[in-house]
Amino acid sequence: MKHKQFAEGPMRALFFAAACVSIFFVVLICAFLLASGVPAIGKIGLFRFLTGVVWRPRNGLYGIFPFLLGSVYVTAGAILVGVPVGVLTAVYLARFCPKAIAKLLDPAISLLAGTPSIIFGFFGLVVLTPLTERLFGAGKSILTASLLLGIMILPTVISVSASALRAVPQSYYEGALALGATPERSMFFSVIPAAKSGIMAAIVLGVSRAVGETMAVMMVAGNSTAVPAGIASRVRTLTTHIAIEMGYAEGLHRDSLIATAVVLLVLILIIYFLLSLIKKEK
Amino acid sequence: MLKRKLDPLTLALRVLTRAAAAVTLCAVVFLIGYILVKGVPQLKPSLFALKYTSQNVSVMPALFNTLYIIVLALPMAVPLGVFSAVYLAEYAKRGNKAVRAVRLAAETLAGMPSIVYGLFGMLLFRYQLKWGYSLLGGACTLAVMVLPVIMRTTEEALLAVPDSYREGSFGLGAGRLRTVFRVVVPSAVPGILAGIILALGRIVGETVALLYTAGSSAKQALSPMDSGRTLAVHMYLLSTEGLHINETYATAVVLLVLVLGINGVSMAAARKLVKS
Repeated sequence: MKHKQFAEGPMRALFFAAACVSIFFVVLICAFLLASGVPAIGKIGLFRFLTGVVWRPRNGLYGIFPFLLGSVYVTAGAILVGVPVGVLTAVYLARFCPKAIAKLLDPAISLLAGTPSIIFGFFGLVVLTPLTERLFGAGKSILTASLLLGIMILPTVISVSASALRAVPQSYYEGALALGATPERSMFFSVIPAAKSGIMAAIVLGVSRAVGETMAVMMVAGNSTAVPAGIASRVRTLTTHIAIEMGYAEGLHRDSLIATAVVLLVLILIIYFLLSLIKKEK
Repeated sequence: MLKRKLDPLTLALRVLTRAAAAVTLCAVVFLIGYILVKGVPQLKPSLFALKYTSQNVSVMPALFNTLYIIVLALPMAVPLGVFSAVYLAEYAKRGNKAVRAVRLAAETLAGMPSIVYGLFGMLLFRYQLKWGYSLLGGACTLAVMVLPVIMRTTEEALLAVPDSYREGSFGLGAGRLRTVFRVVVPSAVPGILAGIILALGRIVGETVALLYTAGSSAKQALSPMDSGRTLAVHMYLLSTEGLHINETYATAVVLLVLVLGINGVSMAAARKLVKS
């Protein structure tokens, strides 16, 4: 019996070509950003670009330091809000959660993970901003953006650290119990230290999500170009800075925004490099 | 059970973990609940009028544009993603240098913020290829963005197929290609579908990558070279204009239900894979 012959060789080549498309696009994206961004940095001067505190393109002042600082502040705030809640929730979910509550909590976390950032942004605008305004007189500010981003990174932090906790051998937990530790102590002093690198990975992923977020931050951070003075001040991050001005930028102004994206990309790559170091440690 | 007095640390840890879980749950319920409670009463027939005017701020053109972008983007991203995953899971030898490069590239793509995709799409499609603001440019940008999503989920689905299936097929004299398409891929279909639907959710929810590629025209795009706003972009523009707050809530409901519904279908498909 003769079957239809499959074209083994050419198909293999096709699959390989498809796999190479990702490499192609990474190179293409970097090439496009660098081609416009690097000459702009050259014209402005790397040092003046990164450390300049005044952003006034009409006067030829291109300092993105306030936005770098903004990204750092907002991300740090998101970590302060999101990581403790996220990791503790993961501990609860991985060990103490009764089945009935898990049936509620699991889909809730998936819902949160699937919610588009524009919905978060709108929620921040209509709920969190008036709330922080009334409580702390902050309104659109680093504080509000941090709170919102803290909620947004929750699903990442929870799911990655919960799977790290679940991957710890059961014997660690049982051993601690056998030595007379309470369930909570066993979890916190035996299982969590063993899952340390996984939890660190969860935090780093949360950081990368917070650094890269644009729409939600844009709607609640206030977008001032000044160097932030405190957590109640209005701020721009690298991502929002690009998104706000790209609509009307031209010439060197536009290229300086692409250069900002290069800085953002370098920052993200550093974060992912740290992540790969953590993974190797495992 | 033995009753003993809890030490303060244990008690504190117990309260803290429970409180954290409660905070998470409350955040979700409040977020989704608030949008639904405020938005559902605002769902009026005029919101779904076929023609957009600045009075009715109808979501229909935006919904149509969203569908248009999906129809343009998925046929580009799905074959590429599935074929890449087939190469990684079925053909490549482990530890192969090319494989490591592809994985690194896919991870890098997955980690890039959407604003970077937006700029890339703007530079390549709008300026370099001179397409201007176009749905096609937006769709191409999103196709690159969801490529790693489809790759990763498909690869996971393929790897979950037991080796005995492959061995059985080889044992019957089938070649590698026949094994892949007649045996492995069919049994991984729910997982692959879950990945595609997940990618769909990403496309529907994306805003910033489309703002400078597909643009923000409120009209229904007729040709792929027309500018048009998707539902998420429409939602963003409405909420920054701040003129139609009630309609914005209603639009948020439509977007939320759409995206969460899509994700729910994806999860159901993935669960089917686990069960089978």
